[in-house]
Amino acid sequence: MQGLLHRVSPQALRLLVLVGVIALLVIFFSSQIENYLNGRLFNRISSSVAVMALVATGQTLVILTRNIDLSVGAVIGFSAFATGSLIAGLPDLHPVLLVLYAALVGGAFGVVNGLLVAYARVPSIIVTLATMAIYRSLLVEYSGAKSIATEQLPQWLTDFPNMQLFSIGDFQFRAGFCAALALVVLVHLALSRFRPARQLFAVGSNPEAAHMAGINAQRVVFTAFVLSGVMAGLAGFMFLARFGNITVVAGLGFELKSVASAVVGGVNIFGGSGTVIGAFLGTILVDLIETSLVRWQMVSEFWREAVLGALILVSVATDTIFNRRLASLRAARAHRIALEKKEASA
Amino acid sequence: MMKRLRSWEGFLLLVLMVIVAVSASTSPQFLTVGNQVNLFQLSIEKVIVALMMTFIIINAEIDLSVGSMMGLSACAFGWMVQQGVDAGLAIAICLAIGVVGGAVNGWFVTALGLPSLVVTLATLIGFRGLARVLVEDRGINAFPAWFNALGQQGLIGPLPFALVSFAVLFVLLYIVLEHSGFGRKTYVIGSNREVAEFAGIDTARHKMILFIGSGVISAFAGLLYAARVGAVRGDVAFGFELDIITIVLLGGVSIFGGAGTLVGTGLAILIVLNLRNGMALANITGHIQTGVIGILLIASVIVPRIRISLGRQAKSEASA
Repeated sequence: MQGLLHRVSPQALRLLVLVGVIALLVIFFSSQIENYLNGRLFNRISSSVAVMALVATGQTLVILTRNIDLSVGAVIGFSAFATGSLIAGLPDLHPVLLVLYAALVGGAFGVVNGLLVAYARVPSIIVTLATMAIYRSLLVEYSGAKSIATEQLPQWLTDFPNMQLFSIGDFQFRAGFCAALALVVLVHLALSRFRPARQLFAVGSNPEAAHMAGINAQRVVFTAFVLSGVMAGLAGFMFLARFGNITVVAGLGFELKSVASAVVGGVNIFGGSGTVIGAFLGTILVDLIETSLVRWQMVSEFWREAVLGALILVSVATDTIFNRRLASLRAARAHRIALEKKEASA
Repeated sequence: MMKRLRSWEGFLLLVLMVIVAVSASTSPQFLTVGNQVNLFQLSIEKVIVALMMTFIIINAEIDLSVGSMMGLSACAFGWMVQQGVDAGLAIAICLAIGVVGGAVNGWFVTALGLPSLVVTLATLIGFRGLARVLVEDRGINAFPAWFNALGQQGLIGPLPFALVSFAVLFVLLYIVLEHSGFGRKTYVIGSNREVAEFAGIDTARHKMILFIGSGVISAFAGLLYAARVGAVRGDVAFGFELDIITIVLLGGVSIFGGAGTLVGTGLAILIVLNLRNGMALANITGHIQTGVIGILLIASVIVPRIRISLGRQAKSEASA
């Protein structure tokens, strides 16, 4: 165990812990709920994770830079509505163009957030608290209080969430989930191998040092917000495809849930550390608990939120204590090695 | 520093006067006593919680769980009354729930050193969940007549109990913040926690008191809501936290802590309530009202900065 602690990086260890917690929960619930462990569970969770994972990924990029994006729920609602009304008016529009439109709508909102936070230097919590309300009211204006109904959408779009790419037994790998997973992996690779993407960590962990090192912190923060907007826009597309019926309250509450997913996934709320894979696992964990509690006879469905809140608190507290302990273990080991070296040379 | 704060409050006063003038000129009902009492009464729960939120944010923390605590307290009250518990006892228990909830937030923030944004985000979900556990999807409305009367009738002339308690709380908290050691410590800790600790201030204890205060006041506000509406449901006060924080930030309280006043919060309350009311009288819907307040919030941060840089420019021109 000691050896493992030192050999595996803290990030990887944290991901392993998350996977372990998810596995334990699955085992626990399968002992409690009949017919739990089957393809249906996987399919249900993967469908909702497909929407949420995109938002959580964008949110993670923003949190890495020491900021927060509370406007994502409103952006999802707006882009779902905008995308829905575009395709309702132009049913022959190519799917790729529709997805691009959703990303563009989301990105435009991200640009506004980014300009205000990075260049006008207004704290992100204030900017996005305000734009959350502004974007939602723009949606009310734009929609004229009408809603999009499933019947207005072309068949391919409503079929998209259930479209199966391949399956392993009962486990269906649906297009939406695979697309979200691919995007998460892509962002993860960019963050770990692509030099410019590393600047997000630099800016988040120490803005002054990043500036001294010649990093354009304003541009980095701006980019993070634009990407978060794009991700929320894409999530809006997925949301439209999954639910079909879009009203002015679409996406309400997604902002806090995306922050919760990222934080449960080990993304440090004070910036500078975390992984999108972690945020993805956090999304799965949160969704697994919500879905399983609904089916657990022992507790009424009304316990779901209470348990979820307690879980977030416990997981963040455990994470903090665990990391402090790990840091002190590492420091002690480094100290011992340094002492041994000194003795050897003397 | 004080001068800048005063000038900010002057700016808010100006904004308020413009809003009142425009609203009054477009609607003859606007400036009647009935309308002014009514606009306050309809949002009284939010503005009471905003007073304590001012302390929390000046102290460089945040409490996102206030709306859920209001919901939990209101639902706990409804549930207990339904179970036949005496309403007076139920009120006391609800306030105790506020103490416990605030202490939970405070413990995780002070003992474990977790960021309050994360802790109260979790309890935002958790407290709301407990509220839903208590009332499930029912609505509960069989409250004692005196309880409903407290929320709906005038206590002093046309002024209802909630409005009177707001006024009393405002004065009390103003004295605490501006004229007591506790208030000074709130600013010191908020502007630099480390320095405060070196100066021998028990910052953990201070933060704990503030979170408990926020919990109790939210529980109290939840009870006011139950009395005013005469019924509770699982979604009482859903999403109120954001409106409350918006008011406090608009009032000039710094999100980074250390700066802000209760007078600023009070002016922001008047601005938001009058603006919403004026727009409602002009038939502008709720979501648009919220959007306008959002624009006001961003402007409230950018405008003073422009004023400062203009001031600097004027100074350098004068010296040149």
